[in-house]
Amino acid sequence: MTSKTRIPIHLQINGHRHELEVEPRVTLLDALRDHLGLTGTKKGCDQGQCGACTVHVDGQRVLACLTLAAQAEGRAVSTIEGLAEGDGTLHAVQAAFLEQDAFQCGYCTPGQIMSAVACISEGHAGSDDEIREYMAGNLCRCGAYPHIVAAVRQAALEVASSMETAS
Amino acid sequence: MRDFSYLRANSVDAARQAAALPGAMLLAGGTTLVDLAKCGVAEPDTVVDITHLKGLDRITVDDRGAMIGALAKMSSVADHAAIKSRFPAVSEALWQAASAQLRNMATIGGNLMQRTRCPYFRDPANFPACNKRTPGSGCSAIGGVTRGHAVLGTSETCIATYPGDLATALVAFDATVHLGDRQVGVDDFFLLPGATPDREHAIAPGEVITAISIPASPAAQRSTYLKIRDRQSYEFAAASAAVGIEFEADGRTIKDLRVALGGVATKPWRARAVEEALKGKVLESDTVRRASLLAIEGAVDHGANQYKIELAPRVVARAILKVGETA
Repeated sequence: MTSKTRIPIHLQINGHRHELEVEPRVTLLDALRDHLGLTGTKKGCDQGQCGACTVHVDGQRVLACLTLAAQAEGRAVSTIEGLAEGDGTLHAVQAAFLEQDAFQCGYCTPGQIMSAVACISEGHAGSDDEIREYMAGNLCRCGAYPHIVAAVRQAALEVASSMETAS
Repeated sequence: MRDFSYLRANSVDAARQAAALPGAMLLAGGTTLVDLAKCGVAEPDTVVDITHLKGLDRITVDDRGAMIGALAKMSSVADHAAIKSRFPAVSEALWQAASAQLRNMATIGGNLMQRTRCPYFRDPANFPACNKRTPGSGCSAIGGVTRGHAVLGTSETCIATYPGDLATALVAFDATVHLGDRQVGVDDFFLLPGATPDREHAIAPGEVITAISIPASPAAQRSTYLKIRDRQSYEFAAASAAVGIEFEADGRTIKDLRVALGGVATKPWRARAVEEALKGKVLESDTVRRASLLAIEGAVDHGANQYKIELAPRVVARAILKVGETA
């Protein structure tokens, strides 16, 4: 395996700037986990099929396993580690997953939660069917889907009512 | 994944020059290229990242049609209000494809360049024979597990299915692929495998897709994309149909009809025989079902994919009746 020159990149992750040197083939997922120690983002299939590695890039949910780290330069990356507030207050989606017991082994959960946050902000959580369709890219091998749908539904209502209160 | 050099293009011209280098491949959303690099199918020496190019993600729609920049994301096009109202089949084909995450990554230009999901093509370690990967090496699919393989447009060298949804809708509505100054009709952009299944697109090294245009038409405006698959979401088509209808003033007689099939052929498959058989006819269930059988004229199965020959005409008929009956 020949190694080409490592390239310097800087990544903006959860509001913090990180400098690193990586081989061009390093994915954003491996940069997060192996270079920066941010292991909340999970490696499931590593082939873009399971959604465990879902993060937000410029506010959009994407798969970190099919994004090269170099491509994320100049973009704002958000991971599960940056979701709760500074004082530890959980995001509405995180709280809803706890309340609805929306996991068993928990491995897919960070990806489910990052995906759900985006699903709600996109406006694709209007019904259970819509939640199922727009959460289809996140697989759960434990089969916790009914509780995941319930958690997304609950969080969507809470986000909507908090926005009403704010306006 | 084999390592490669990384180049970030800062202009379309720079991208063209870099893409012309031997072993260079363009990188947009990465959902095909990075995936295939991990499978050992794509082995670029140099990856040319075009995602930082400005202005190539614009979507404009007016009375003449739509112009979609090559770097527009699948999700942006699917959710675009004017695409939804004037080209519903295009929006539906997009949101029924892949997952929300992949649609936020994959670009429209890259979508046209996606490769087949043939499991033999995707597994060089276990199946060295693949004429698409290595011309002349043979085809592991013929005589293998063929449930997902094509029944239309196949050759003795390749039966791999074209997997995309968007291009099926684009072929139905006579879209054009813009390669800078050169333009190619989307039907001609996709090549039949014939004796050269390694050549899939009418694009030369150093050419870059800059946009896709779709002419406006009453049939495009009254259109739908019907996708039948093994599970309800996040799956490739077992068979799909993009259909658009324009009626005469009586509201019943078919003036213009567009039909294209996905999931059953080696390229996005325009079913002109169905269109011709129904133009001038009154929309009526039996007539539509009979004419829809023309969609699979010349189909050849390879065992486990035989069901597609029965399924495809049913999908076509259901799509025509659905879009015809929603006044």
